[in-house]
Amino acid sequence: MARIEVPQEPGGGIPKEACGCAPPPVFPVIPPCGSGDSPCCGPPAGARSSPYERPGYRLCRFVEGFVDTPAGPVPRVATRWDRSDVWITLAARIGIRRNRYRIAPGLYAVGAPDADAPVLVTANYRLSFNALRRELAGLNVWILVLDTRGINVWCAAGKGTFDSREIIRQVNLSGLGKVVSHLKLILPQLSAPGVDAAEVKQACGFKAVWGPIRATDIARFLVAGMKAEPPMRRASFTLAERLVLVPVEVTLLRKPTLWMVLSIFLLSGIGPHLFAPNPTWPRALQALAAYGAGVVSGALLVPALLPWIPGKAFALKGALTGLAGGAAMLWLFARSLGSLECFALLMLSMAVSSYLAMNFTGATPFTSPSGVEKEMRRAIPLQAGALILAGTAWVGSAYLG
Amino acid sequence: METFRYLAGVTTLRLDETACTGCGTCTLVCPHGVFRLDHRKAAIVDRDGCMECGACAKNCPSRAVAVTPGVGCASYIIQTWIKGKAAAACGGGDCC
Repeated sequence: MARIEVPQEPGGGIPKEACGCAPPPVFPVIPPCGSGDSPCCGPPAGARSSPYERPGYRLCRFVEGFVDTPAGPVPRVATRWDRSDVWITLAARIGIRRNRYRIAPGLYAVGAPDADAPVLVTANYRLSFNALRRELAGLNVWILVLDTRGINVWCAAGKGTFDSREIIRQVNLSGLGKVVSHLKLILPQLSAPGVDAAEVKQACGFKAVWGPIRATDIARFLVAGMKAEPPMRRASFTLAERLVLVPVEVTLLRKPTLWMVLSIFLLSGIGPHLFAPNPTWPRALQALAAYGAGVVSGALLVPALLPWIPGKAFALKGALTGLAGGAAMLWLFARSLGSLECFALLMLSMAVSSYLAMNFTGATPFTSPSGVEKEMRRAIPLQAGALILAGTAWVGSAYLG
Repeated sequence: METFRYLAGVTTLRLDETACTGCGTCTLVCPHGVFRLDHRKAAIVDRDGCMECGACAKNCPSRAVAVTPGVGCASYIIQTWIKGKAAAACGGGDCC
């Protein structure tokens, strides 16, 4: 075979003699790793790629390995959280990109499950999945993750994305019937508003067993032979469960707050010296402080003190904390104000707090739509009235004061 | 959830005791212990604890339980008032 002359690339395309593993210099050889003086062989090669790697896919950090099943390899997930799980939880809880915490639906494994291992069904919201797998240390189970569009179990059941059809679909897609020899699915109790268990049984043969509400009870539920004690079946709303919701409630206020700030500046500017800069600023700041007191009272104090604030209607609870919060703000920062100004600011913080408290109904696990609608029909006109009174009194006080 | 009580006398929950087969599913799925099995029939023991989630009605094999299900969420209800029931997708970044 004739030797072909190839133009050399700068930096040594032609391999050196050193390691004796060079191919015949027919084509310029590109150094396999790095460049410069060690064109080949550098450090010892690492392990071969995992047979489970797929072009274009990247392993999730919670995947520890794979379990081979008759339906193909199933990812085995860690039961421990790593740092990224902590960050994801924090980010989701403060409302950063809160609609993007999905994981791929399908079958997952924990430990070394066999054909008799129980199957736990959950949503493909990362926080739900994380809460579940963290409770499964030492257990051998399958997890069937539904495509609930990245929504948690209870909300997905209410919205209809955690429903019988989706369960049937994932059972069929995952080939679960080939993986397990039994016909039982453990469903989270809070998926029951969306799932007709009879329909699931009829369509794919799997019988739904209603699991506990909280993932923290799942191990005890399994040990007890799939029996839940009554407390495992009751929704709870502890102080921690309430407080964790506060940041998202507050971040949802960005847009209304912007409008409120604009209105406050506008109304605070009206007076005998129309839009004169001098009296506007302190007045606007006082009104902003009253708004802030309303936000704190409605979005923080109401969730925190929920069981102890008098009244059943959230709007009433919010009005009470708003009155207290507004009064505290006046006493701390604005003791020199006249009574009409105080009245205006109290009305503002009460209206804001009452409205925000009313909106917190959506985050609780015990308010009924009939009840919320009833309280809203009464409360919204009062809240609007209080806001108008606040604005009128605030502008009026500039002329009278 | 005895520490939390919401408005009384508003729930749309209804139980037809003659149709009840006593399977007890409603006592399993209800997150507020509204039902109890009494002499092989379901009984409502805490009507005002009902949050109208609809789990019982959805899973009652004899359709003895009925409720108008929904989410008790003020911002969702405001959306249904403004945009109508179909467009008021709970979510869209604004609630649960």
